[in-house]
Amino acid sequence: MSHREPLGASSGEPVATISDPAPWNGAGSASLAEFAAQHGLRQSAARPKPLAYVKALWQRRTFIWNLASAKTAATYSGSRLGQVWQILTPLLNAGVYYLIFGLLLGQNKNIHNYPAFLITGVFVFTFTQRSLSAGARSIGNNMSLIRALHFPRATLPLAYVIMELQQLLISMGVLIVIVLITGEPPSLQWLTLFPALVLQLIFNIGISMMVARLGAFIQDVQQLLPFITRTWLYFSGVFFMIAERVDSITKHGHHWIGRIFEANPAAVFIELVRFALLETYHKDAAKYHLDHGLMWLYAVIWAVVAFVGGFWYFYRAEERYGRG
Amino acid sequence: MAVAKALKERGSVAEAQPEVRPDPTREPIVVVDGLHIIYRVYSGGGGKGSAATALMRIIKRENRPQTKEVHAVKGVSFIAYRGDAIGIVGTNGSGKSTLLKAIAGLLPPARGAVYTDGQPSLLGVNAALMKDLSGSRNITLGCLAMGLSPDETKASYDAIVKFADLKPGFIDYPMSTYSSGMGARLRFAIAAARTHDVLLIDEALATGDAKFKRRSKAKIDELREDAGAVFLVAHNLDVIEETCNRVIWLDDGRVKMDGDPEEVLGAYTEATGK
Repeated sequence: MSHREPLGASSGEPVATISDPAPWNGAGSASLAEFAAQHGLRQSAARPKPLAYVKALWQRRTFIWNLASAKTAATYSGSRLGQVWQILTPLLNAGVYYLIFGLLLGQNKNIHNYPAFLITGVFVFTFTQRSLSAGARSIGNNMSLIRALHFPRATLPLAYVIMELQQLLISMGVLIVIVLITGEPPSLQWLTLFPALVLQLIFNIGISMMVARLGAFIQDVQQLLPFITRTWLYFSGVFFMIAERVDSITKHGHHWIGRIFEANPAAVFIELVRFALLETYHKDAAKYHLDHGLMWLYAVIWAVVAFVGGFWYFYRAEERYGRG
Repeated sequence: MAVAKALKERGSVAEAQPEVRPDPTREPIVVVDGLHIIYRVYSGGGGKGSAATALMRIIKRENRPQTKEVHAVKGVSFIAYRGDAIGIVGTNGSGKSTLLKAIAGLLPPARGAVYTDGQPSLLGVNAALMKDLSGSRNITLGCLAMGLSPDETKASYDAIVKFADLKPGFIDYPMSTYSSGMGARLRFAIAAARTHDVLLIDEALATGDAKFKRRSKAKIDELREDAGAVFLVAHNLDVIEETCNRVIWLDDGRVKMDGDPEEVLGAYTEATGK
């Protein structure tokens, strides 16, 4: 995907869009450029070097955290229940999905603890989904800030993902309570929840930076994104067991389609969290020979690829955000 | 290429602009070198906005048909030195705001270049930084965004509140409830909390009252002493006369005059018949 380049130069490199050497005004152009160079002036709004950029980002870590908290507070400030909605929203979501997929469609025949299975899936997927849609809005919604002050723009998608992380931590608290209520015993396995969520966070930061750049230049992305995330939701084993589906697809001879289902990053992170928290799920999944080590490998690869790719893609347009 | 053609047509006129001679005894902070800015505007309507034609355009990779190119700045050159406060005057649509945006790096040059030392900051008229957040949140976040440390932010908080001089209580209200004058004051106060190498002020002081104008003039003087440069776009010529040591008169995207405030403002007033 590419967006229309603005007129003229798009980066900090010397500007020469029209190759016509004729002087344009009384003063020879070269002398002014030389004069500027003599005094160490640089092209306005050139992109900083990658390392300097990362340093500037690290220096803004308080800004990122504060912006996330402030935005969260502002989101709920108008409603009567206030930040109680941070707990209510995921619960209501889980309730709706349980009503449809648990009771109405009866997906739960092979899964012992279907409520916990489903709610885990919904919460983990919501983290990725909301990071994506927030990332797409992060530049457009902060135009006046971008135009007024100078700061590394990547702080914006980062802050929005941190905002979703704060929401996720609350959801995870709710999830732990549900898991305990539905009779899963606490175990050492629970500790693997942390690396799983850290990898998901890194993955989310990467993809939200990617859509942040797309959304900044193409308004249509925001319209399109809900459909993409909803399709993704239905393919990610939130309501059904991904291992069971892979097994049946493979039996039908579509081996590689099964592999794709398995490698889906959303499915990978959901599987890892389910494995961390739900002991009954280990028994459910045992029949289908799901390679657990492979899931961790996928998670690491997805996180690294998305983060490096997303960061690089976002950074390449750094000086263009806010233009127009 | 349409851009090249547009530039060629106007090339001959551009020679009429005053010549720029670098002053070797002073240290430059902004060098604008034969700058041309052309931007696209979408004149809405146009009748051909149906979904089917839009789809065909995307397939053919064409621009929207209502797109027009505006050649807003035509070969402007000048040098701003450390300690300069430069007023920019001109009638509506003469390219003043466009020029400031280009210096800030918010518009890419079609030809020519802008060289600066450090990152210029642009203060425009749209008042809020983050509309849905309170004034005090805006101060904290604004300072942190500009790169102040949490301690520095705390230290400058009171000074910003005092400088912005909001009505009591307003600091805790969302910025969307502020009057345009209040918003502009707070924005200026936040931006002024850090020393800027180049500060570009686009009518941001216009909505302030007399008291605020006095204080902002003091702030601008302070900034000049720190050896930065300030650019000021204002329709109120008194403000420019009081604050600036140099005035550039833009006419239809070209520099008509560049020099002493008294001289340039005198000629400008005469020409516009004010």
